[in-house]
Amino acid sequence: MIRIEPREAPSRWWTLGVPVASALLALLLAAIPLAFAGANIIEAYGQMAKGVFGSTFAFTEMLTRATPLIFTGLAATIAFRAKLWNIGAEGQLYLGGMAAVVVGTGMIDAPAWVLIPVILMAGAAAGAAGMAGPAYLKTRFGADEVVTTLLLNFIILIFLQMMLEGPLQDPLGMGWPQSEPIVDNGILPQLVPRMRVHAGLIFALVAAGIAHILLSKSVWGFKLRAVGENAAAALHAGIGVRRTLMGAALVSGALAGLAGVGEVAGLRGYLTTDISPGYGYTGIVVAMLAGLSPIGVVISAVFIASIFVGADTMSRAMGVSSYLADLVVALSLICVLVGGFTARYRFVRTNKGDK
Amino acid sequence: MSQPRVLNLNAMSKRFGSVVANDAVSIELNRGEVLALLGENGAGKTTLMNMLFGHYLPDSGSIEVADADGKMQPLTLGHPQAALEAGIGMVHQHFTLAENLTALDNILLGAESLFSWRHKRREAKKKVAAIMARTGLLAPLDEKVGQLTVGERQRVEILKALYHDARILVLDEPTAVLTPQEADTLFENIGAMTKDGLSVIFISHKLREVLAFSQRIVVLRHGKKVGEIATDDADQQVIARMMVGEDTPAIPREMLKPGAPVLALKSLTVKGRSARTSLHAADLLIRAHEVVGIAGVSGNGQTALARVISGLEAPDGGEMWVGDTRILRFTPPVMQEAGIGRIPEDRHHDGVIGEMSVAENLVIERLGDPLVQNHGFLRQKEILTHAEELSRTYDIRGPGIEAEARLLSGGNIQKLILARVFEGQPQFILANQPTRGLDMGAAGEVARRLLEARTRGAGVLLISEDLDEILALSDRVMVIHDGRLSAAPDKDRAKIGLMMAGEPV
Amino acid sequence: MDILQILFSDSFWAASLRIATPLIFGVLGALICEKSGVLNLGIEGIFVAGAMAGWMAVWLGAGLWGGLLVAAAVGGFFGLIHAVLTVPLGLSQHVSGLGVTMLATSVSYFAYRTALPDLSSPPRITPFQPLDIPILSDLPFIGPVLFQQTAMTWLALFLVVLVWWVLERTPLGLAIRAVGDNPDAVDAQGLSVYALRIGAVVVGSALMALGGAFLTMSAFDSFFFGMVNGRGWIVIALVIFASWRPRKALLGALLFGAFEAFQVRLQTQVGAFVPSQVFLMAPYVLSIFALVIVARRAEYPRALLKPWFKGQR
Repeated sequence: MIRIEPREAPSRWWTLGVPVASALLALLLAAIPLAFAGANIIEAYGQMAKGVFGSTFAFTEMLTRATPLIFTGLAATIAFRAKLWNIGAEGQLYLGGMAAVVVGTGMIDAPAWVLIPVILMAGAAAGAAGMAGPAYLKTRFGADEVVTTLLLNFIILIFLQMMLEGPLQDPLGMGWPQSEPIVDNGILPQLVPRMRVHAGLIFALVAAGIAHILLSKSVWGFKLRAVGENAAAALHAGIGVRRTLMGAALVSGALAGLAGVGEVAGLRGYLTTDISPGYGYTGIVVAMLAGLSPIGVVISAVFIASIFVGADTMSRAMGVSSYLADLVVALSLICVLVGGFTARYRFVRTNKGDK
Repeated sequence: MSQPRVLNLNAMSKRFGSVVANDAVSIELNRGEVLALLGENGAGKTTLMNMLFGHYLPDSGSIEVADADGKMQPLTLGHPQAALEAGIGMVHQHFTLAENLTALDNILLGAESLFSWRHKRREAKKKVAAIMARTGLLAPLDEKVGQLTVGERQRVEILKALYHDARILVLDEPTAVLTPQEADTLFENIGAMTKDGLSVIFISHKLREVLAFSQRIVVLRHGKKVGEIATDDADQQVIARMMVGEDTPAIPREMLKPGAPVLALKSLTVKGRSARTSLHAADLLIRAHEVVGIAGVSGNGQTALARVISGLEAPDGGEMWVGDTRILRFTPPVMQEAGIGRIPEDRHHDGVIGEMSVAENLVIERLGDPLVQNHGFLRQKEILTHAEELSRTYDIRGPGIEAEARLLSGGNIQKLILARVFEGQPQFILANQPTRGLDMGAAGEVARRLLEARTRGAGVLLISEDLDEILALSDRVMVIHDGRLSAAPDKDRAKIGLMMAGEPV
Repeated sequence: MDILQILFSDSFWAASLRIATPLIFGVLGALICEKSGVLNLGIEGIFVAGAMAGWMAVWLGAGLWGGLLVAAAVGGFFGLIHAVLTVPLGLSQHVSGLGVTMLATSVSYFAYRTALPDLSSPPRITPFQPLDIPILSDLPFIGPVLFQQTAMTWLALFLVVLVWWVLERTPLGLAIRAVGDNPDAVDAQGLSVYALRIGAVVVGSALMALGGAFLTMSAFDSFFFGMVNGRGWIVIALVIFASWRPRKALLGALLFGAFEAFQVRLQTQVGAFVPSQVFLMAPYVLSIFALVIVARRAEYPRALLKPWFKGQR
């Protein structure tokens, strides 16, 4: 018989080592589907590495990919810390993108130092609004936020289609469902000449730093953790649980909205219905892999972005489906879940004398 | 003792980590006998019975049980299924009933082969009815267990064991949740059952019922069997001394004159979902230097009373005054402002946040305090110093103030809560089941702190299921039954017992 | 006038039942999982996996019923992953379920792309055909509505009865309901909490996969990316709406199917005035409404989402 018992206090080695080990294990497990696809495994990994580190372009592409993932990873981190299951970052991302397009395509004529903050704030506000609804339905009616946020993702995407075929459509777009371009003053500046990586990355890193300080050093973060770990005790101790949950919801939604702003105002310049290949959902993996730590989010976002960019390169070079990247991401999540378990519990063999 | 033997526990030992829960404990049980297993909290009674029932695997020792023909057979250890098949039934202190299922469904659970294509409900109902007629244990079979009273649930548990043809019945603290009168009825039923040849072991720490209803008493202390005595030869002093190893010291209480009112409830009404979660026009006055005890079987409105005073629920009518301020908004921060200290009933669920540190738990009620925060940021160093002081003063022991609170023992968690509550020098303290589940040492510490607060000038409302505790600590006793509060005329156990059952005195 | 015409047309009712069929499989599967105390958010991915695996098996020559078996087995496999993570290991059912959805979806997409790398238009199979029952299918109204459905719709309706019977009328069902209400009660009777829960999740996931298979093997004849499109999440909402009762779940799925069939027909009539997306959005909005309306009084299985470890009370 094997029994599970809690560890006294999870060792630091485990808490740090588990995510790294999980990520590597997931990458290793990718060899199985690669073998099924009939690819030379060593070569495939080589191609993936080349896709990330092979050139300045490759590396900056990876950072470009990591930018929205840091935002959505932070969105999941903040919400999950309060045990608020915001699975709606995908939709909130698109809301942020829509807001960016609404204010950034000529509605306001202002210099960049005014317009860019305005766009950022509009995107954050739209994302926050997208999470305010589910949070309200949860605190007011007890409606499960997992289901409402998941369903809202579909609603928002369809709403976006409607907007891009209607009021937000580019009249010069030859009928394509895409928005007008963001005006020049609203475009986030490039970080490296001729490369696509943009100032959104800086904003994302700053956001991670702020989130770290808020979570670990502020009263707000204290309340957030208290509500997440034991809402009943937090309420008894005088912490406003609903208020805290609503705060977490707004911040989480705002962060996801910023991911959309970055993609629209930093990368593409205009909005379509396919600016996100599931960054909202992948953000959950980023957050879990980071152990819900904002600093960890930056590292795990870079890892996941590397997988995506590397798999793209590998796919082009070897004809293996790039869905491999999604597979590795899903495997990392499952590995880190099990790994997190081993950090808190251990298996004990019971040949004699135990429960 | 001419009856044949039905059960032998031979030198049972069990340790959890470094704690020896049972040390070579041997017990015999005869057919038709009622054996009381006595000991204070943590003496190892429940561990021993859990080994008998296969929930725990003993480190050493063996068990023999008489089969249907009366022959002693060794019992496979560590398998509840084996214990069930050998005719051992156990009624746990916390009932193991599924509340969304009917009583009959609960009784049937596990009684039939899982893969038969339908229940044999009619036959089952007949069999249960026969058992009810024989033993006098009555319960509404078609109601969901969630709707039943605690007494009824307990009868369902016993019926479940008897339905599974138990010949040995183990009852873990069966009277903890019953009124004295309900408890008497239960023991009458047990009497009827033993006439049929059922043997009973009941676990208790109440000397009175042990003396009244058992035939033999086994006393455990620190995991060892320290005494065995025929009930006819025993009296309170003898077994109490066996239980604690020395005479129980009475808690010293100073005579104090009650001062100004600190808490007043005026026809406070809570309309709960059922009578048990309601409060009907409760009047209550507590003055400084005064401990008022609320006696009652759990589930008679104590929770509603505590929730209102804690600020977790607004009443539907009536007034609450703290000192000379009327409370208009019922939220925890308002109560904290008003100077109410609150010791919650379920310390793990409402008292601490297990995943946060001891230090953080110590400041959780005063996050607005400039000593704790500065412009919204935590003053980490001050918080740690503060925690060190408090844990020294209140003797909170564990892996340290930066360790997660869940790693503390129950007694130390309660000390943490006491430290938090008493630190603010509250003028009124709500202590809801403050010693439940604590060992005698920790319970004594809680009692001492409460009396200390009384001396300082605080008023204390003590809600407890333990009548002995209430009688020992309170200046006045109120009784709660079906959501109605009434004053007990004096500290007379029999009268209070009747009032707890809703009988006129 | 037009609306009445829709409501009285047999094609509308036949379509309602057809649209409801995958949801019926889904709600039954989710219901079994949740009755035992395990929320299975892997459903969205298991739908995809069932759709892909069943279709692929048929395409490779397994036959339609063989395809269903393969779909169920694949669904059961992903269910087993979720069950192991959430039952003995007690991990977050939310996160594990999402992980299983991601895994099942990406494995299916990867496998499909790997097997069919170059095909620009998806290959087709011969799907389940409407059962043309002599005489009955010629009955007016009832004939087209009931008796021209495929065998899978009948299988779904049969499973409703079977699941209801097992849950409400057999000792096994009693044990499953009890383990979702109070695992300690089950443990005290010497039954295995783990075995019951793992079994329920595996069987429930197999049923979900059949719902996915319906899409590629009965409703359509090929597999597309994104064809499940949130149906799994709608199922989760429907189960809450049905308060975890099989008969109410059937009703919920049918109402939902009727609503979808209705809006498609309404669209053809008022499409000129209302953007088509309004209709596309409607099912999701409706699900949220349904959830909000019942959320407060839904009778949750009391042990839902709560991990249980042996020997810890």
